[in-house]
Amino acid sequence: MGLDTALHEIRRLDDLAGQDSPLHRLDARAKVLVTLLYLISMLSLGRYEFSRLLPFAAFPLILAVQGGIPLGLLLRRAALALPFVVFVGIFNPLLDHTVQLTLGPVAITGGMLSFSSIMLRSLLAVTTGLVLLAVTGFDQICRALGRLGMPTALLVQLQFLYRYLFVLADEALRMLHARVQRCARDKRPNLREFRTLLGSLLLRTLDRAGRVHQAMLCRGFDGQMPELRPTSRFGPAEWRFCLIWGLFLIAVRILDLPLYLGGKAGGLVPGVLP
Amino acid sequence: MHMADALLSPAVGGTMWAASAGLLAYSSSRLKATMDDRRVPLMGVLAAFVFAAQMINFSIPGTGSSGHLGGGLILAVLLGPHAAFLAIASVLSVQALFFADGGLLALGCNIINMGFFSCFVAYPLLYKPLAGPTPSKGRLMLASILAATIGLQFGAFGVVMETVASGISELPFSSFVLLMQPIHLAIGLVEGVVTAMLLVFLHKARPELFGAAQPNAESRPLRPVVIGLALAALVTAGTLSWFASADPDGLEWAMGKVSGKEELAAPEDGIHGSLDALQKRTAFLPDYNFKEPEAAKSDAVASEAKAEAKPAESWPNVSAGTSFAGLIGGFMSLCLAGLVALLLRRRPPVKA
Repeated sequence: MGLDTALHEIRRLDDLAGQDSPLHRLDARAKVLVTLLYLISMLSLGRYEFSRLLPFAAFPLILAVQGGIPLGLLLRRAALALPFVVFVGIFNPLLDHTVQLTLGPVAITGGMLSFSSIMLRSLLAVTTGLVLLAVTGFDQICRALGRLGMPTALLVQLQFLYRYLFVLADEALRMLHARVQRCARDKRPNLREFRTLLGSLLLRTLDRAGRVHQAMLCRGFDGQMPELRPTSRFGPAEWRFCLIWGLFLIAVRILDLPLYLGGKAGGLVPGVLP
Repeated sequence: MHMADALLSPAVGGTMWAASAGLLAYSSSRLKATMDDRRVPLMGVLAAFVFAAQMINFSIPGTGSSGHLGGGLILAVLLGPHAAFLAIASVLSVQALFFADGGLLALGCNIINMGFFSCFVAYPLLYKPLAGPTPSKGRLMLASILAATIGLQFGAFGVVMETVASGISELPFSSFVLLMQPIHLAIGLVEGVVTAMLLVFLHKARPELFGAAQPNAESRPLRPVVIGLALAALVTAGTLSWFASADPDGLEWAMGKVSGKEELAAPEDGIHGSLDALQKRTAFLPDYNFKEPEAAKSDAVASEAKAEAKPAESWPNVSAGTSFAGLIGGFMSLCLAGLVALLLRRRPPVKA
């Protein structure tokens, strides 16, 4: 991903997180905790349990709709995360030939089943993480983690990185643009150009750190970032959110909902199932 | 290089989260003790620099490929290991959240793979002794290349261990190692060369920077503690995940450990019992048998041998009907979820 697309994508998610909906207004801790429960219960399913993963799609889907997050954006992002997963997972169908089920004449091997389950896991995990970010916002997630016990030094570090990420990336982009204009071709820099480019970016970074420190001292920095929004509390709405989703997640983790539904469907239309 | 959620079992992911959380807490407390508040903005801005630098590619001469800076080692050199570890963790968190690089459960793994090995192994054990207090250009080059390469080898090996221990991918340990290590040897070389170039440049442009970084020598007595912590984390990760992979399902293993039984026995009476009876009565194919072949195949090789020995009995209990019912039901529940989402959309949309 190029630097400019990356910046654009971050800003896009920031805009989404800046919306106002009941879901956005929930205390971030509730959303973070439910997301963690989601990941643990979803990823703890066995590797052949493809169908049991499907009900888990409800969580990111419903949250995305409630929070006004476009599904296309989520799917596009999920596709970007696929290459490494495919690279590792593609060996499953080649190595695992035991037949797990047959659909008419087609025999489905364990490897095919576990490969599709890996793909689905990736899709669900990636979209859920993005939905969490898009209905909560980076700063709020960090503060929630801080209130859940993350060390202050790390909290301040995350907030600083997030503030200066845009500044530094803009700086880098300006340098890259200037380079393209001077050498009149849009090619990757070679090693020597790269060294000069990155070296002067590093120098500017260090200078900037000095200036930022001066400015911070002028404004009375006391080791923590000031809170811009009023601190939210863990009220009835948060408890309700945690309770409903917690029960749903535990239910789909323990009960085999798809089998029950499928059995019912098979019973309605005799002859569908072998 | 980023470990991914999809290949990770919660037992392994959780262990690595715990290990990295412990290291982060330790680094934070070390920083608090020695904090000079000039370092706060420096850490933040340098992390932002690494984030930006990772996306600037250069072409590697002689090959068609491109490389970029990873940044772990240079942060360790400029900030010292503890601050650098926090800075790398913050970069990885931003990448996990915004770009789904790795994922949230895999974040612990990635912090260990990319942060721990470069800050607490490669930097203090290789870079520092090799470069010495006043490095010449050649020594700087040698130290960076060796430290970056070996740090990345550890990181890649971490990915392999975590993947194999999770047991989601079928890829056997040996072939995965043979795939990952040589690739990361090349990546490590590039990383080392780029880091060295930047350090030489900085030594020329800002020599005072390195004079200030050196009196960090008081961190030396803690080295055994750090190494001990690392070994403890690796051993726990190894053993815990071995259990997790020997069993098809980490959560069930944990549940079995807690309750002393393989699966929690549901009470026969009460709501669960009646629901169960209802399900048995109404379901077309009540006994869904998926677990058995899975447990048998936690070791692919063993099952392959078994399948050859007794082909008739390798998957006797897999009824195509039950699995098919599961698939149909799965898609039905997916549609159901979609339907609920659609219904919720009908409500007055709340937007800013």
